[in-house]
Amino acid sequence: MNRVTSPRFKRNASEAIADPALQKAMSAGLGFVERRQAAADRLPEFDALRDSARDIKNHTLAHLDLYLEAYEERVTAQGGHVHFAVTAEEARNTVLDICRKVSAKTVTKGKTMIAEEIALNDFLEEKGVTPVETDLGEYIIQIRREMPSHIIAPAIHLNKEQVEADFRRVHTHLPPDRNLDEPATLLAEARAVLRERFLAADVGITGANFLIAETGTSIIVTNEGNGDLTQTLPKVHIVLATIEKLVPTLDDVAQLLRVLARSATGQDMSVYTTLSTGPRRKDDPDGPGEYHVVILDNGRSAMLEGEFRDMLRCIRCGACMNHCPVFNAVGGHAYGWVYPGPMGAVLTPSLVGVDQAGHLPNASTFCGRCEEVCPVRIPLPRMMRSWREREFERHLSPATMRSGLAFWAFFAKRPSLYRLATNVAMRALSLAGMFFNGRFSHLPLAGGWTRHRDFPAPQGGTFQSEWKRRKGHAS
Amino acid sequence: MSSRNIILASIRRSLGVSGKEAPRRKAVVDRLKQHPSGVVPARGQLAPKERIKLFCTMVEAANGTVEEIPRANDVPAAVAAFLRSHNLPMSVRRGDDSRLTAFPWDRERTLEVTTGPSDGGQLASVSHAFGAVAESGTLMLTSGADNPTTLNFLPDTHIVVVDAKDVAGDYETVWQRLRDKYGEGTMPRTVNMITGPSRSADIGQTLILGAHGPRRLHVMVVGDQ
Repeated sequence: MNRVTSPRFKRNASEAIADPALQKAMSAGLGFVERRQAAADRLPEFDALRDSARDIKNHTLAHLDLYLEAYEERVTAQGGHVHFAVTAEEARNTVLDICRKVSAKTVTKGKTMIAEEIALNDFLEEKGVTPVETDLGEYIIQIRREMPSHIIAPAIHLNKEQVEADFRRVHTHLPPDRNLDEPATLLAEARAVLRERFLAADVGITGANFLIAETGTSIIVTNEGNGDLTQTLPKVHIVLATIEKLVPTLDDVAQLLRVLARSATGQDMSVYTTLSTGPRRKDDPDGPGEYHVVILDNGRSAMLEGEFRDMLRCIRCGACMNHCPVFNAVGGHAYGWVYPGPMGAVLTPSLVGVDQAGHLPNASTFCGRCEEVCPVRIPLPRMMRSWREREFERHLSPATMRSGLAFWAFFAKRPSLYRLATNVAMRALSLAGMFFNGRFSHLPLAGGWTRHRDFPAPQGGTFQSEWKRRKGHAS
Repeated sequence: MSSRNIILASIRRSLGVSGKEAPRRKAVVDRLKQHPSGVVPARGQLAPKERIKLFCTMVEAANGTVEEIPRANDVPAAVAAFLRSHNLPMSVRRGDDSRLTAFPWDRERTLEVTTGPSDGGQLASVSHAFGAVAESGTLMLTSGADNPTTLNFLPDTHIVVVDAKDVAGDYETVWQRLRDKYGEGTMPRTVNMITGPSRSADIGQTLILGAHGPRRLHVMVVGDQ
């Protein structure tokens, strides 16, 4: 598991805020928040469907061993192959073996976060197999050698001018004076370039939004149609999935589909929802001759035990990050690995370790919007708090923070002393404020605050004294 | 121990189960067999005429176009008229589906009709849908000997014919029809659920139609209810 820069989250975040191109791209926005709300408002049953989606996922996770066995039986019965992989390395090697058996030179790829998680592209390239990303956003970040910055909009951190510069740099076979002013012409160019790649590929790799135990089916959900060309044209279709993608039946998947696109992009349905089962049948005129599903664990089965099990309900819609004030300020790359935003802040420490990713659960204002909009009602703030507690217990938090907390705890455990100390402190600050026009531009121990804005001087009372006064007033 | 068994053992350890508990096994077998429906939105639960009207509205909301054709024999003329109105070459490729073959294509002298899968060289295709769902304006196409999947994605213009009687209110109704046709637990290689033409918003957060799949999706709802 390479390329983890989560330990330097703070530096990443500062750089992101100072990056004008990133800030420009992030401020353009897709209107994710408004679109989701409008879609939810159009469907009176939306909240009931969220409850249903949560319950289906909980039921599946509680019976995951049995649903995996049932799923495997259905895939095999219809001519497909299921490969289990405990680790990222095992998954990479399984994919490579399948590619080598058909002497694959190039593979096309639909968008799959699992492939990012196991760093598949670098590995295949090293072994002489050329991977070609076909989702437009993934293609752009592949030619920039970057990681996705959003789980459903991988190139959301880029603006049109940056994409134009990259296309001119990479598509050198095209006339240098061509006009690429409009997003539509950029899209047309990518479509033409990738069309050739689709037709030439030996193997197509896609992810899976869901695996259905009832029928042994894998599902991808896309808007571009790239995933479908990826899995229809080559000789071999490989599906990369993880154990928690299982859903019992077609009826269950309908519940999840009804909340997925609405939560993600505010569409009632994405353009293409494709159900794939086994290889092409005997008389089929097209489709892949082989169908392989690689099911990765990579630490997830251990998450089933204990407080992070709820995270395995995630259906990767991206609503939590779209609604997150921290994500919208710093973008996805600052999180330093594959999964950004609130879901990443919970999942990343589980998958790469809290020692590496301990900063992420701290990158939250605890406003609670992520949980409010989650289609499967994952208690993200609670789980971020759990990670903070674990980080503290394992002595991974910085010394200044620990001594600060110890200092605060000393007073917090002694209420009369606490009241006395805060009273004295507030009066002193209020008095000092009179000499600084009621605002401090520097304060000892609060440099992190005053570096960016003034600290308003307290008015004299403490929170507790004000609370007491107003409550008395009200009654 | 195989990776498969390592993973299953790890799941069972985390869940605190052996995998042999009869009530757990029964819960799974029952759910797979009975496939209970969950919350089905009221939106699509309409009488046939209103259901088709909702379907047409939802196709258009997803940037597709749609027309109702009461008499099946008028489909070739409608295909020709659609191509003409968009200044497209008078040529389509279609599968050998018997419902498509039954249309009187030879009445359209100027329309070239070829059959088979697409190799990327065709500008327009005609498919016959297995069904459709009014709730979201979604077409359901199945692959098979006479229904190539490539026709749904490679041509620039995709024309899809669906029988009015196959327009359901919800996905659940179509799942049951799939079970009836292919058998419980069995599926064709591909079921394509298509809602509008291909699109992308990956460049500068601007939504553009016609990414890798068709730029145009035209639906023909054929027959009276």
